[in-house]
Amino acid sequence: MSELRGIYTLWRREVKRFSRERTRFVSSFVQPLLWLIIFGTGLGSSLHGSMVGLNYQEFIFPGIIGQTLLFTSMFMGISVIWDRQFGFLKEILVAPISRISIFSGKMLGVSTDSMIQGLIVLMLGFLIGVHVTLSMVIAVLPLMLLITLGMVCIGLTLASFMSSLESYGTIMTFVNLPMFLLSGALFPVNSLPSWLKWVVYFNPLTYGVDALRAVILSGAYMSPFSIQVDVLYLLIFDAVMILVGSYAFSLRK
Amino acid sequence: MNAIETMDLTKKFGNLMAVDSVNIQVERGEIFGLLGPNGAGKSTIISMLCTILKPTSGTALVNGYDIVRQASLVRKSIGIVFQDPSVDDRLTGRENLEMHADLYGVPKSEMRSQIDKMLELVELSDRCNEFVRNYSSGMRRRLEIARGLVHTPKVLFLDEPTIGLDPQSREHIWSYIRELLKIEDITIILTTHYMEEADKLCKRVAIVDHGSIVAMDKPDSLKEKLGVETITVKTQNNNLYVEKIKETHIAKSVAIAGDEVKITLLNAHTILPLVVDIASRNGIKIESIYLQEPQLDDVFLHYTGKALREGSKELSGMGAIIRRQIK
Repeated sequence: MSELRGIYTLWRREVKRFSRERTRFVSSFVQPLLWLIIFGTGLGSSLHGSMVGLNYQEFIFPGIIGQTLLFTSMFMGISVIWDRQFGFLKEILVAPISRISIFSGKMLGVSTDSMIQGLIVLMLGFLIGVHVTLSMVIAVLPLMLLITLGMVCIGLTLASFMSSLESYGTIMTFVNLPMFLLSGALFPVNSLPSWLKWVVYFNPLTYGVDALRAVILSGAYMSPFSIQVDVLYLLIFDAVMILVGSYAFSLRK
Repeated sequence: MNAIETMDLTKKFGNLMAVDSVNIQVERGEIFGLLGPNGAGKSTIISMLCTILKPTSGTALVNGYDIVRQASLVRKSIGIVFQDPSVDDRLTGRENLEMHADLYGVPKSEMRSQIDKMLELVELSDRCNEFVRNYSSGMRRRLEIARGLVHTPKVLFLDEPTIGLDPQSREHIWSYIRELLKIEDITIILTTHYMEEADKLCKRVAIVDHGSIVAMDKPDSLKEKLGVETITVKTQNNNLYVEKIKETHIAKSVAIAGDEVKITLLNAHTILPLVVDIASRNGIKIESIYLQEPQLDDVFLHYTGKALREGSKELSGMGAIIRRQIK
């Protein structure tokens, strides 16, 4: 009971802090917009007709949602370093609450933050002609949770081994961008050369983007995987990362 | 039952003996001070008592709970104010306290009144809905003290509660601590390297140096044990006066310092009239005279062989290393 209350209060802190950062809020939908409008229009106009029944903007839209989830989860997960630097982590660590609960509160809080960002981007769908319905939102939410949980844990794990945010650029280069570019967010994965295919098929975000596409674009899109495979892969990914993340977190004094 | 009892509490960092077989007993309801330069081991002792660090050997009872085997019970019954700031500056003062109450499982029904009471104690009631970002460092400190008290702990640890604060804020914090002792049944352990702080607040003081307790008693008793008091006299003929004092053998030492004569002796209060008498008998006119009791600084110097200030300089590097490891 008191552990649940602890998790809840840590979750609430995360969401409160997040929703109070106005500049981040603005940039959170400007960046996806740039991708959708500029990149989408630019590349899309030279690809006309190649993706049957879909324009390119529609095709990358679920990919951009996936990207938003990935980048936010990773960045906010790593932000636990701030807590450490400003001494706040100490206050939580001496509280009569288990490490697992602290980890869970943080993880769920950051996941919620990322999902809020993802939802904002989803709402922008009308700009490119995607009709967002309530049932679509209800179907997308659990998928978003599945995608973010594992990503947040990657961020929290990395944060356990970092002492400052300076190396965030390195992580951007070696984790975020490869995961994004190799997820099929920007191009279809089934016609790739086989050496690249293996990497793409290993990447959990591939399954996340694929599932989002299946739901958001419904019948218009020929999915390489069934939704069951997507969900199963994400579940395994989450379970592994939660174990790794909570272990890494418990190592910190 | 004592509030705190340590049994050969020891902590090693590699080859460095940070805390060496410390044995202290702190009674309920007292303010107990750990006094020493930076890096002496005060914060390490506190960290072990708060279950942040595991002792290398030995153990301690806090509120009757063992710090190694019953860490969770210890944590529930203590409040801590860290040396380094640890509030969330993106939340308001009140939100910080609410979060703390949630983490410590303060019953919902008591939460609000308890938070209000503590905000009032540290005089932050009117600013509690502002973001901590806008607080001064003195206000943040006060908020941290309030936070450490929200779950009505039996023992409160204050690690350098007034470090880096201006004299006025420091006075404020001292008055809150005294006030607190009147209204709550609480024991306070504080570490400090300010002599004045230990002298003014603490019922008993332990002097810590190189990880060991070198002396432990009431501040007054420590001073008394030192036994030496100083009478400083300014006369119109200092040289003659020194000679005459020496002839009487009443003083431990007599010396001219600047344009004054410093006489160190025991029982200065009873000998003072005689000192004046010697001057008048020899026709030496006294311009000024004052008596000085030993300061806690002198006590520290006596037990550790160095002044507190120079000690802190010498050890700050090592202290910094230890603190980093605790983090």
